[in-house]
Parts: sequence; structure tokens; C-alpha cells
Amino acid sequence: MKVSFKSFILRGVLVGAVLGLAACAPRPTETGINDPWEAANRRTHAFNKSLDRAVLRPLGRGLARDGSDPLMATVGNVAGNLATPGLVVNNLLQADGKGAVTNTARFLLNSTLGFAGLFDVATMAGIYEADTDFGETLHVWGASEGAYVELPVFGPSTERDALGRVVDMFTNPLSHVLDKPEKYVAPVASVTSKLADRGKYAQTVDSVLYDSADSYAQSRSTYLQNRRYELGGDVASDPYGDPYGADPYDDPYAAGDPYDDPYAQ
Amino acid sequence: MTTPMRNKTSRRAVLAGISALAVAPLPALALSEGEARALVDKLVAEINRVIDRGGSLNGMIAAFEKIFARYADVPIIAQSTLGPDARRASPAQMRAFIEAFRGYISRKYGKRFQEFVGGRIEVNGVRQVKTWQEVIGTVYLRGEKPFEVKFLISDRSGQDLLFDMVIEGISMRLSEKTEIGAMLDRNRGNIDALIADLRTAG
Repeated sequence: MKVSFKSFILRGVLVGAVLGLAACAPRPTETGINDPWEAANRRTHAFNKSLDRAVLRPLGRGLARDGSDPLMATVGNVAGNLATPGLVVNNLLQADGKGAVTNTARFLLNSTLGFAGLFDVATMAGIYEADTDFGETLHVWGASEGAYVELPVFGPSTERDALGRVVDMFTNPLSHVLDKPEKYVAPVASVTSKLADRGKYAQTVDSVLYDSADSYAQSRSTYLQNRRYELGGDVASDPYGDPYGADPYDDPYAAGDPYDDPYAQ
Repeated sequence: MTTPMRNKTSRRAVLAGISALAVAPLPALALSEGEARALVDKLVAEINRVIDRGGSLNGMIAAFEKIFARYADVPIIAQSTLGPDARRASPAQMRAFIEAFRGYISRKYGKRFQEFVGGRIEVNGVRQVKTWQEVIGTVYLRGEKPFEVKFLISDRSGQDLLFDMVIEGISMRLSEKTEIGAMLDRNRGNIDALIADLRTAG
């Protein structure tokens, strides 16, 4: 078969471009548990639990006894809207054009038709938030998850996502634009709505923190499973989700154990 | 004699067949996508019926237990949450454990059913993963962003049954494995004590 020089060069360029893209593609999401700081993490967990029991849980239940409190929904809308420009920054850093457009549209709609973010009209119209954070940006750039860490007050995280949290304190352009009294609206609304969420999802949080036999292990498992899912971890390519494969998470003691595969003979 | 048109069509069909064979990444399963989807459609219809009906907490728990026993492979889920410790359990212990596990799961998840009142689940698609079928759906709850739920269906028990449910990446089976493991540790590895614990838990 004859191949023209031009098409040969073209092909080379194409292959090069694809390889280049693959080189900066996000690494596959991790599996299993990497928790070298477990002893320290467990101490932080005990502190977080006592803080929750004494302060966060009672405050949260006071703010949102049931899930349909209109005032707390409004506070949540304001907090969410003011946080949106920070999401757009991360969307752009990840070269996620679709997410950036979606979040920008949400911000414009909710800031105008939604009366400065009091109402989430975008969600009512079916335009859902493309949630993200700097931890995800680091993941997209190829950073590994690092060890599991439980942060004081903030709770379960990983080394990568803890760093992301710190950076996200500076990624929201609004916080650089707004002046003194206005710039406190975002953090106050955000903290209030987080507390209200503690009340709103009380049954779920309580079942992990107070009803499980080992709340530390249960929080860690729940966080890692959900976080990896958010970052695009796919059960199909992920031994973590495979009840039949030799999965270190599934079976910490032996690879290829028959009990690992629920249906193996 | 075939017309050129039909000839072209059949050639295309043969080509499609060959390429389908070439790209088929997985061996054919006895359980088809259609069968898995039919099972989940039935399961979702029953769940939606319970959500619509509402009612008392105990009624919801009883309804959930019935659905769980009928649609899920309870013995396999129970055994896999016990992990390698299942090896040292006697058949009688295993039976008692499975029985206690079914009640525990029904109480634990049945009492959460009320949070779904006014909501609904829609089935969107199905795909083969390794040796099972994964049916993907969306849960719509009032005032919440819709979220994803996956139903994992296998026929390796001899029947088409659910062996895991994954909500936003969180697998019920893996979470319960952590839970059962912790309960067993708390009872210093004593399976009878674990069973006794499980009868009142949830």
C-alpha cells in the first residue's frame, strides 16, 4: 500500500497529539486504603465526634429540623451562588469547558432572575451545578490521592484534597472583588448552610457517626468511595468495585480468596 | 438473485457482525441486559409503590424486608460481608448469620425509606460489567439534585438477583463489610456474639 508523505506526516502529528493528551490525562483513581496516619487520624476523629456531639449536631438540628426549611434553603442558595465563581475557576483550570459554561450560566441566572442568589432558578430550570474543587483540579493534573487524613472540623479528606481545600480559600474571584461588609456574606452563609446540612441530613450522618461499630472506619470507607466516584472512578475498570476479583479492599488478608468472590465455587 | 441494495445490506450486516465479535470485550453472559433491566424495573416499581403509599415506620421496614428477601441474593451478600471469617463459620452459624443479617439490613435501610417519600427512581440504562449486569438509574428527591444509583444483578445463584446497590459510588455491600468487620472485632472474633449483636442492631 502506498502512503503519501503528506498523510504520513499528518498521521505522525495526530498520534503525537493523542499521546500528548494522554500524558497530561488524570491518573486513574486509586483503590484500596492508604492510611499510614491512622493513629493520629483516629485521635482527630474522636475530637471531631465530640465537637459534633456538643456543638455541630445540636446547632444543625436547631437550624434545620426538617429538610424543607425555606429560610435555610435560601441561605444555602446564597452560599452556593457566591461560591460559583470559584467553581468556574476550577472548571477552567481543568479545561472543563462544559462545566465552566454551565456554572457561569447558573451564576448569571441566579444573580439576576434569582434575586442576587436568593433563589436557585437555574436548578429549577434543570441546570445543575457542575460541582468541583481544587482537589479535583490536582487530580486532573495528574496528582495522586496521597494518604487518607481526617482533618479537624472538616472531617475526612486525603493529602491531595486537604491541599485543595487550602487553595480553594483563594480561588474564588469574588472574595478579591468584594469590599468589607459584603465579603463576609459568603463565609457566613457558607458556614450556616453547612450547619443546616448537618441538621437536614442528620439521619445519614448520625448513622455513620453514632450507629456504626467503628465510625472512623465507616467514615473513611464512605468518603473514599464517594470521592473516587466524583473523580470519575469507574466500577468497570476498578477492582475496588469488583466483588469477584482479587481486591485488596474487599479482602485485606489474601488475594484470590474464594470468599472474595461471592459466587465462586 | 439479490438486488444490489439487499446485497449491500447483507454485506454490512456481516461486517457489523464481525466487528461486533472483534470488539466484544467480554464473554457472553447467561443473564442478558434485558433480563437484568426487567428485574430492576420490577424492583423499582415495587420501591416506588412503597414510597407512594407512605405509612408507618414499621410498615415501611416490613415492606423493605419483603422486597430485600425477594430481589436480593441475601446469602451471598451476607457471606461476602463476613469475608474470610466465613470459612470458620459452621453451616448452622452461617444460617443464623444470614437470618440475622437480613433483619439487620431491613431495619437499618427500611427506616430510611421515609426520606424517599415524594421521590422516585428512574431506570436509564444497563451495561455488562465483568460477570454481571449493572443497571443504572437516577433518584429524584424533593429539593435535591438528582443522584445516581446502580443495581448490580447476577444470575450466578441460579436466579437473577441483586447483589449490590451503589449510590453515588458508595456500595452498600462494601460499607456493610466494613460494618460487619468492625462488629466482629468488637466481639473479639466470636461469630455467635456477632450474630447476637446483629439481631438487635440496625
